[in-house]
Amino acid sequence: MARKKRGAAEVNAGSMADIAFLLLIFFLVTTTIASDKGLAIALPPKPDPNEPPPDIKFNDRNIFKVLLNSQDLMLVEGEPMGDVGQLKERVKGFVQNNGRNPELSDNPKDAVVSFKTDRGTSYEKYIAVLDELQGAYYEMYSENLGVNVKQIREINNAEPSLKGRYDDLKKTMPMNISIAEPSKIGGEQ
Amino acid sequence: MAKFSKKTKANQDIPTAALPDIIFMLLFFFMVTTVLRETDLLVLQRLPQAEQLKKMEKKSLVSYIYIGKPKETGRYGSEPKIQVNDVLIAPEGIIQFVNQEKDKLSEAEREQITMAMKVDKEAKMGIVSDVQQQLREVNALKVLYSSLVDNGAQP
Repeated sequence: MARKKRGAAEVNAGSMADIAFLLLIFFLVTTTIASDKGLAIALPPKPDPNEPPPDIKFNDRNIFKVLLNSQDLMLVEGEPMGDVGQLKERVKGFVQNNGRNPELSDNPKDAVVSFKTDRGTSYEKYIAVLDELQGAYYEMYSENLGVNVKQIREINNAEPSLKGRYDDLKKTMPMNISIAEPSKIGGEQ
Repeated sequence: MAKFSKKTKANQDIPTAALPDIIFMLLFFFMVTTVLRETDLLVLQRLPQAEQLKKMEKKSLVSYIYIGKPKETGRYGSEPKIQVNDVLIAPEGIIQFVNQEKDKLSEAEREQITMAMKVDKEAKMGIVSDVQQQLREVNALKVLYSSLVDNGAQP
């Protein structure tokens, strides 16, 4: 019998890449890279029952009222507004008025944007409007600091000098967006 | 003119021996970054889109509240419901849930807890506001409305 020639024992590794590809594709498909982003707000603290509510007299001109009813229709300063896109410019004009127009705010520090919804307002519309309101403030900050809006939103990762200037600016122009408790007029469907 | 000696035929094969290693590297990357879904969603989740998004800073401080129309409408009805962990709860149950979540955190971090609200587009503000009132009761005041990036692309 012819003696077989023995080579070095070798594992056939040619299909290794295929196996790895298969696994790779599996993980590619199942991966949901944690995409947790959202609009951040801070709720007002619970009112203290022992303390009467502080008697703050707001001048009417310093409040910018945005109302959403249960039909998702918007009322801005007493006038209906169909397009959410106009809201940003209105808010900017209101906050940075500095007393020029007697119907708009005295100064950015006292300016308050009041946002009230109904219990029947859809969440989608609520987020769309809140997005515009916050966007208006972020844009004003970015214009004042000379950086882009993205840097403002990620201010906690920014360099300390920019963060310091931002904190100073926030003292004179705080983001006063007051989200009122929804009314019950329209009701939920 | 100088003469160039024509080179002998070069071997034109690309060595593919390192290919499995490269693929494995990619594989490990995706294995590490993959987060398998932790909770089974009982409610529909079509998140709204927005532009002014902030990233969450610390994942360990975040607890999730899901609100939306139940998937099994036959069993749970078609009104939007609140889900935490794997169960549907009434708004009053939020207090207990937040206290449980706070207990998991260290004392110093307790006030930093952030509630990420994942609310379906079609839910109404009524239920969202009920949850927020409960959150105020337990002093969990940082809220994040989870939304998708508004660039027309759905992930």
